[in-house]
Amino acid sequence: MRLTSAVAAGKIARVVSRRLGLGGGSSVPGVVAARVDPDALGKLASGLPFGSLLVTGTNGKTTTSRILAAILREAGWHPVHNRTGANLASGLTTALLESANLVGRNRADCALFEVDEAVMPRIREQVRPRVIVLTNLFRDQLDRYGEVDYVASLWQRSLLSLPRDVTVAVNADDPALAALGQRLRSRVLFYGISAPGSNSLDRFADSKDCPICGQPLQYTVVRYAHLGTYACPSGDFRRPTPDITVQSIATRGLDETIIESTGPFGARRWTLKIPGLFNVYNLLAAVAGATALGVSGDAIDRAVATFQAAFGRFERLEVDGRIVYFALVKNPVGMTEVLRTILHEPGDKGFVILINDNLADGTDVSWLWDADLELLGNRCQFAVVGGTRVGDIAVRLKYAGVPPERISTVESIAEGLDAGLGSIGAGGTLYVLPTYTAMFELRQIATRRGFAGRFWEN
Amino acid sequence: MRLTICHLYASGMNVYGDRGNVIVLAQRCRWRDIEVRIVERGVGETDPMHDYDLIIAGGGQDRDQIAVSDDLQGVAGVALRNAIEDDVVLLAICGTYQLLGHYFKTGGGVVLPGIGVFDAWTEAGSRRFIGDTLVKTNLHDKEGRTLELVGFENHSGRTFLKLGCEALGTTVIGAGNNGEDNREGAVYRNAFGTYLHGPILPKNPSFADELIRRAVARRYGTDSARTLPPLDDSAELNAHRRIVDRIQRRGRVKSGAT
Repeated sequence: MRLTSAVAAGKIARVVSRRLGLGGGSSVPGVVAARVDPDALGKLASGLPFGSLLVTGTNGKTTTSRILAAILREAGWHPVHNRTGANLASGLTTALLESANLVGRNRADCALFEVDEAVMPRIREQVRPRVIVLTNLFRDQLDRYGEVDYVASLWQRSLLSLPRDVTVAVNADDPALAALGQRLRSRVLFYGISAPGSNSLDRFADSKDCPICGQPLQYTVVRYAHLGTYACPSGDFRRPTPDITVQSIATRGLDETIIESTGPFGARRWTLKIPGLFNVYNLLAAVAGATALGVSGDAIDRAVATFQAAFGRFERLEVDGRIVYFALVKNPVGMTEVLRTILHEPGDKGFVILINDNLADGTDVSWLWDADLELLGNRCQFAVVGGTRVGDIAVRLKYAGVPPERISTVESIAEGLDAGLGSIGAGGTLYVLPTYTAMFELRQIATRRGFAGRFWEN
Repeated sequence: MRLTICHLYASGMNVYGDRGNVIVLAQRCRWRDIEVRIVERGVGETDPMHDYDLIIAGGGQDRDQIAVSDDLQGVAGVALRNAIEDDVVLLAICGTYQLLGHYFKTGGGVVLPGIGVFDAWTEAGSRRFIGDTLVKTNLHDKEGRTLELVGFENHSGRTFLKLGCEALGTTVIGAGNNGEDNREGAVYRNAFGTYLHGPILPKNPSFADELIRRAVARRYGTDSARTLPPLDDSAELNAHRRIVDRIQRRGRVKSGAT
């Protein structure tokens, strides 16, 4: 009875908040429902015949979840998936409410939840997932969590108590996660990259000491930041052999990443239509999650072949005769990888960099100084900068070696986009790098002007 | 001219973008045709430190702070104290600032000893002080104007300066050392400690130049220091002004951490 009232209240809240234009009601219905029945999330989730999957970690949750949702749909399932950014309990509840009827029975048959890394333990208890996918652990949003170690210890405490019939998909290339995976009693599926690579260590490694004895790990290959192939010189710890792995990666510009992989599904060749090494990891994480559920390799093949970028995640749009790539930036590792991916292609590039410091972006923008903007130095044709922290990003670029005459500041997001389009000229390619809330504003502009690829990301 | 910048405890104490301070100092030197050598120095190193011209250390996580405290109880601490007494210029942020005092007492009651260069001590408090911070210092720029520093603090440690220990400045906005006495940071000879992240130097170019000038004076004499050419700081001052304006318009921006 309580659940029914909670669901009804939530559904009404959703209608009201949509009418009032309160940002699509991504979390409000869930908040309302939880007020009426604090157990709403758990009860709604337990009604799903094929259970729930959680995807969590610092970077890659959204893309991993979207690939995984596509794979599940190709396998004939009907997952309900929470909206990007709505990855706290209220957002998950909202997602379930949308497909639930008044007694809480759901049209969907499973739930795929992208979960904020600090909240995962609490969600895990309420939702009781069958599969948990761990992407990686990096520094992110320091002002929210205060310390990186805090999240790692939260996860450890939560996951050590998992029952044996839950599968955890773990990134073998992330030392802290690999060590955690080795300690779990539940079933673990390791994934990682085994293609040839180099071993110059990145500055970011905030987890490059042996999790067992604390000595610095030795890397034979570094993929990026602290991800790679590593071993402790004392012999007490090394990268576990992945169950699902990639042996070769080739790229065709920013439009295709060609991957050869092996796993329980045999040997496969996938062409992923989004760029970046970090997306190879996202694909692996999704494949591991799907494999844990027994999904066939053919369903994976079909999903990968048709997968497209989400708005703001290296999405390519055509605007006024220009090609524009939008790539969200939010922490040092992510921003550095975005830049590295773009600059992998020869030539100087034109950029629009929009840095906001609203709550969802992180109010401390010092991460800009940990990002490797020096990569831009002399490869930057122009940089239009904007956002609430326009002053800071302009200074950062100056010290990164971008000639001051190539840096211009704007006072609004729309002005930034237009200045970039103007500077790149017809037929050119523009790279727009916004933080989270700047990305939302760009999406509104895109919709108003009619060049959005899809309306409201799903 | 050539200056050596030591980035101290770079791999552990580097969580808040404080490496930006090294970047700013290095560039501001190079833009004046001063050659710069950057040395990264970590835990376990024992060489003397008085040949460095500037020592820059940042903030970090609890476990790294323990490692630094341990390191400073040995030869490294002696080397650092000697360097500071020798007027080597030093900038220590947050966690390393705390360890330049007598000790840091954690929330759990553990006492991490420091090296007592600042006559001060720090205790962990129950609140975290987070937000934009504006500090009025006792320093002056080349035109004689008082230096006001803008930054971002994020600490639960409360630092108390003993009588006679000079502060970096007074807080105009923000908690400062402990949220009670309105003082921020500490100064001893050419060593500066502060809670200001941001990082501190990019938006406070005059303070960066103060550090460079003192380093040049120590190695090359006061004439060389006095004749350091000015730089075009319009971008930095613009960024500084934007934050100050925003603080004045709507108060200091905080965040949702506990």
